[in-house]
Amino acid sequence: MASYSTNEFRSGLKVLLDGDPCIILENEFVKPGKGQAFNRVKLRNLNSNRVWERTFKSGESLEAADVIDLDMEYLYTDGEFWHFMLTDGSFEQHAADAKAVGDTTKWLKEQDVYTVTLYNGAPLSVTPPNFVELEVVDTDPGMKGDTAQGGSKPATLTTGAVVNVPLFITIGEVLKVDTRTGDYVSRVKSS
Amino acid sequence: MTGTVWRPSAAQAALESRARQLAYVRGFFADRSVLEVETPILGRHSVTDLNLDSVQADVSAQGVSGGWLQTSPEYHMKRLLAAGSGPIFQVSRVFRDGERGRRHNPEFSMLEWYRPGFDDQSLMSEVGDLVCGWLGCERPRQLTYREALLAYAHLDPFDVSDHQLRRRCEEWLDPIQLADMSRDACLDMIMSFVVEPDLGRDFPVFLTAYPASQAALARTSECEGIRVAHRFELYVDGLELCNGYWELTDPEEQRRRFEADNVLRKRAGKPVMAIDEPFLAAIGSGLPDCAGVALGLDRLLMVKMGTQDIADVLGFPFERA
Repeated sequence: MASYSTNEFRSGLKVLLDGDPCIILENEFVKPGKGQAFNRVKLRNLNSNRVWERTFKSGESLEAADVIDLDMEYLYTDGEFWHFMLTDGSFEQHAADAKAVGDTTKWLKEQDVYTVTLYNGAPLSVTPPNFVELEVVDTDPGMKGDTAQGGSKPATLTTGAVVNVPLFITIGEVLKVDTRTGDYVSRVKSS
Repeated sequence: MTGTVWRPSAAQAALESRARQLAYVRGFFADRSVLEVETPILGRHSVTDLNLDSVQADVSAQGVSGGWLQTSPEYHMKRLLAAGSGPIFQVSRVFRDGERGRRHNPEFSMLEWYRPGFDDQSLMSEVGDLVCGWLGCERPRQLTYREALLAYAHLDPFDVSDHQLRRRCEEWLDPIQLADMSRDACLDMIMSFVVEPDLGRDFPVFLTAYPASQAALARTSECEGIRVAHRFELYVDGLELCNGYWELTDPEEQRRRFEADNVLRKRAGKPVMAIDEPFLAAIGSGLPDCAGVALGLDRLLMVKMGTQDIADVLGFPFERA
């Protein structure tokens, strides 16, 4: 496996640290004019999602992690695994376990495309697009005339996700939701 | 990013301030009758410093080949001094491989000047004139290397044991990483991680009286029973701005230091640098008693513009160049 020396460190680089795949978030170069150079690095452990701070002497190196992000279509779940298929026409399928899918389950809609991160060929995590469009399956009855008010109510979406929506939203409407915050964005015109 | 990568990273105001800074520097030295000179950026030799990586140039002409981009114009300028130039200054681009960060770019602008007849004290005073005249800041105060480490890191660099130093650095490094760290590298670490960030916050500070092992090209002397180097650095807002020496004029001592550097380089797996014989010959023929200093103009501009990122004052940092 390739390795990266401190000169090659940059944010986004995927490396192995203490046996875990990590992504470099920040890489600060520190050096007194005539003195020893150091890299102060912030990394996210892709297994635990914890952020680590480590210091390296200039010239040290880290092994590259075989981590790759691929676009895949969500197919179905059998209860134990969530099945995805590459969108490159290869029809290659990958099964992600509950740990890899994590909180993304609540945004998973069949036939939508997600970013699946593979580590040594197996799904490590699944990231939803920033915005998803999902149908409301349950919410209190709509209250017409309240459109200008600031009030909100919970609404359950097809995936089971619950988001706060304006009072005028009714069952059957399709909503645009920001997956990063879980916030309602807008109604989507049904086609 | 790809759409805007052709653009400079510095704002127009920074580019204008850079031009004013350059005019100010030239005016400052014209008023003091210091001669502006130009020396090669491309030299056949480069420095032996353990922690400076020169950029190799592959040049061939008239049967002469090789070459290095200079990390500072020091050696050539000292050859001019030995030839009787009198006081000289230079604004030049210098190059250091691997150095890129919020305070570093592998190519940067250096102001370097030499004053025959000056010692470190009188040159510090002139650095203060130049920097304060431009920044409008308070006059720098002096702090010895020892005082700074005692005040900020609570350790005495001349008394602490190697073992204690390593233990201190375990805050940032594993014992395995520390195994081959020299005493000076440990001190560098504590200096840059603990001391530097607070240095020059309230008023500019000259750090003086470095350990003799970090003398580089400065002369050393006994001070209260400890051998220290007549070397100084100026810090403003936690940023190292310059490095100056009351210059070593002894060619034999100079050669010993070059050779010692190369031993350390070899041990660190770095290329051994050919010793710059024309430079040593110049020192041997008589370098006048002088003090000299190198000041980072991009960093000076960072302080002037109040920015923490060198990209804000560079037209095109390396990744855009």
